[in-house]
Amino acid sequence: MVEKADQVFVLLQHWLISFLPVLLQPAAAVLLGVIAIVCVFPGLFALTTIFERKGLGRIQNRIGPNRVGPLGLFQPVADGIKSLTKEDIIPLSADGVLHFLAPVILVVAVFMGFAVLPMGRNMVLVDMDAGLIFFFAMSASTELSVFMAGWSSRNKYSLLGAMRAIAQMISYEIILLLSSVAVVMTAGSLSLVKIVDAQNHSTGVLPNWYIFTPWGLAAFVMYAIAATAETNRSPFDLPEGESELVAGYHTEYSGFKFALFFLGEYLAMFSISGLGTTLFLGGWSAPFSFLTWIPSWIWFFGKVMISIFVFIWMRGTLPRLRQDQLMNFAWKFALPFTLLDLLVTALWRFMGEGWLRWVVSTVILAGAYVLMGRVGMYRGHFAPRKYRYAE
Amino acid sequence: MLGEGILKGMAETAKNFAGSFVSAERLTTVQYPEQRIPTMENARVFPFLVYDGPDWQAGLRCVACQICEKECPPKCIYIEKSTGKKPDYVGKQQFYPAKFDIDIAVCMSCQICVEVCPFEAIKMDTQFELATDDRFGGLLLDREQLAKSNEYYHSIHPNEATEVDGRLAEEKAKVEAKAKAAAEAAAAKAAAVAAPAAKPERGQA
Amino acid sequence: MGIMFYLIAVITLAGALAAMTLKHLVHAALAVTVAFGGLALFFLNLDAQFAGFAQILVYIGAVAILVVFAILLTRGSELPKDGVFSRTWFVGLPIAAGIFAVLGWALIASSKALPSEMATPAVTVHDIGVALVGRYVLPLEIVALLLTAATIGAVIVALHEKARAR
Repeated sequence: MVEKADQVFVLLQHWLISFLPVLLQPAAAVLLGVIAIVCVFPGLFALTTIFERKGLGRIQNRIGPNRVGPLGLFQPVADGIKSLTKEDIIPLSADGVLHFLAPVILVVAVFMGFAVLPMGRNMVLVDMDAGLIFFFAMSASTELSVFMAGWSSRNKYSLLGAMRAIAQMISYEIILLLSSVAVVMTAGSLSLVKIVDAQNHSTGVLPNWYIFTPWGLAAFVMYAIAATAETNRSPFDLPEGESELVAGYHTEYSGFKFALFFLGEYLAMFSISGLGTTLFLGGWSAPFSFLTWIPSWIWFFGKVMISIFVFIWMRGTLPRLRQDQLMNFAWKFALPFTLLDLLVTALWRFMGEGWLRWVVSTVILAGAYVLMGRVGMYRGHFAPRKYRYAE
Repeated sequence: MLGEGILKGMAETAKNFAGSFVSAERLTTVQYPEQRIPTMENARVFPFLVYDGPDWQAGLRCVACQICEKECPPKCIYIEKSTGKKPDYVGKQQFYPAKFDIDIAVCMSCQICVEVCPFEAIKMDTQFELATDDRFGGLLLDREQLAKSNEYYHSIHPNEATEVDGRLAEEKAKVEAKAKAAAEAAAAKAAAVAAPAAKPERGQA
Repeated sequence: MGIMFYLIAVITLAGALAAMTLKHLVHAALAVTVAFGGLALFFLNLDAQFAGFAQILVYIGAVAILVVFAILLTRGSELPKDGVFSRTWFVGLPIAAGIFAVLGWALIASSKALPSEMATPAVTVHDIGVALVGRYVLPLEIVALLLTAATIGAVIVALHEKARAR
């Protein structure tokens, strides 16, 4: 019974394709998986918009939208209807083809990233040997669409927003990749299914998730910061800060194309959270062995939704970082720390089991963090700003 | 330590989030228009004319002295004096306004008309849901729309209204006392006129 | 070979031709990105997953962005007045023909050396990794040195400008 609940979608897929001739069955299986992804994740997107608005409202001492439907739960429907029926304005001097293609390429590239995430036991669309690189390749393609959007609008503010967004994305992509490399080093494979399998068993009380190791925690924190920056999410949302550049690179978009950008951003948030849970939080595995009766896909989506709540929480808490503060942070703090973390992962791997490797790793990482923090504060990088004349 | 501020901030917002479900201090939203914030004593929006008693035309305190019309900065008051007079709250015959229009699209709620009125006739109302779709006369209030009873004035500004009533009662009492004194003096004078009227008769003869 | 090869070849060649003939520089850069994507599809068609995805990640995700930034930071918005072909284009023809001949000869000679119907070896990422740090460690280290030199050079160039601006 537990087994059936866990594999319910796989069994459903097998039953549906059994109606087709054998020749068409592999294609139909993949097609069913694609349809499932295309239906589930935009549905989650609609739910997330309402959670975000209400959650941010509660954090800011107010109620979110509560007029459309009970507790405002049909607000995404109203938003969808609004964005579909708005007039699609294209500036006269805009580059028509690029202007049209930019949101399309963004959404396509982001959807492709979902193909390698294992969403449950046996529930991955394509089990690729180099799955992690595929994921990062797709997220690198989104940068190109950001540039196309900014350039084709023929608006210098859009272009400025696009350049800032791309600079931010390529800086933090390095940190994203390096923190994932730590996990790859330990799991020994680039395939996401194998990475989840390596974390699936639990020894002792804590499960074998990589976040419960010193290097894993450090890598997870760096991954989380880089993920927030990659998806242009607060506090790194200077490219789309409403008070800075109107809407940055998607200023000149209205109606459905803007909704596509919005969809693309939230889907990127989902897929990066999905990758984060796969790499560090054990994917679809349950934390304690007595909880394995809960189906694996519930664990995966639960962990992804918790990551989304943390994203919303950070958005409600932190002010926006300025572009140079953002870049300083990436190149002067996050990158050295991530490289050190790679070193510590290697140490961990080759030191053998026991308490010694825990102590050494923790001491090196904590010491480096405190040292870099103090040096940064002493030099004035991270401290509250001192004003020479206004004291 | 680096990152401490962020964690403290996140704890504060978590408190906000959790507290907004349980305490009113953390959720200060008033869901207008189903709920309304109770207006303060000193709230003011647009002026209205006060009348005493049941009949608004007879009890209207305004005597069309036109001071408020002259003092109004954006000149939103338009008054036309009447031809005849009617008695006011002390019984004295006064003019009254035949037309009294305030254009509330122009009025800037400065309360100068209230401050300069010597007769406590014009006071500030607190109603603000006055939106209308009539472009040409909807925001031009005439005498009948502006006249509201003293009981209404008590309900929106209780302390002020009791104070005003006290002042007016004082004035009335003073006037009545004066009238009584004048009546007594007149009676005494009438008696004194009657008595010396008899004396010159004897002197002359 | 099959139909996939010809389809991908059409995409790649169309991208490359568009990159050569388009007047607008940003359009040409995006067309060359399409050509990069076509190359990645070739790698994937041959089941070389690592090479294909690394091609997308590096070429489309970094090199194309670099080209585009270079266009943006210089004056890339003007259209060339005299068209995209130089007046002495016929000089390029024999050079291109010569390179094509050399490359074609090298390919045919190497394909004669290998038996043609051999099953393609399943090269996993693990094998690539082992080869990189085993047999090809010297090229790896030289490439790392090159990249470090490039990074230091970039930092020095940027630093120099800041010093001059002061």
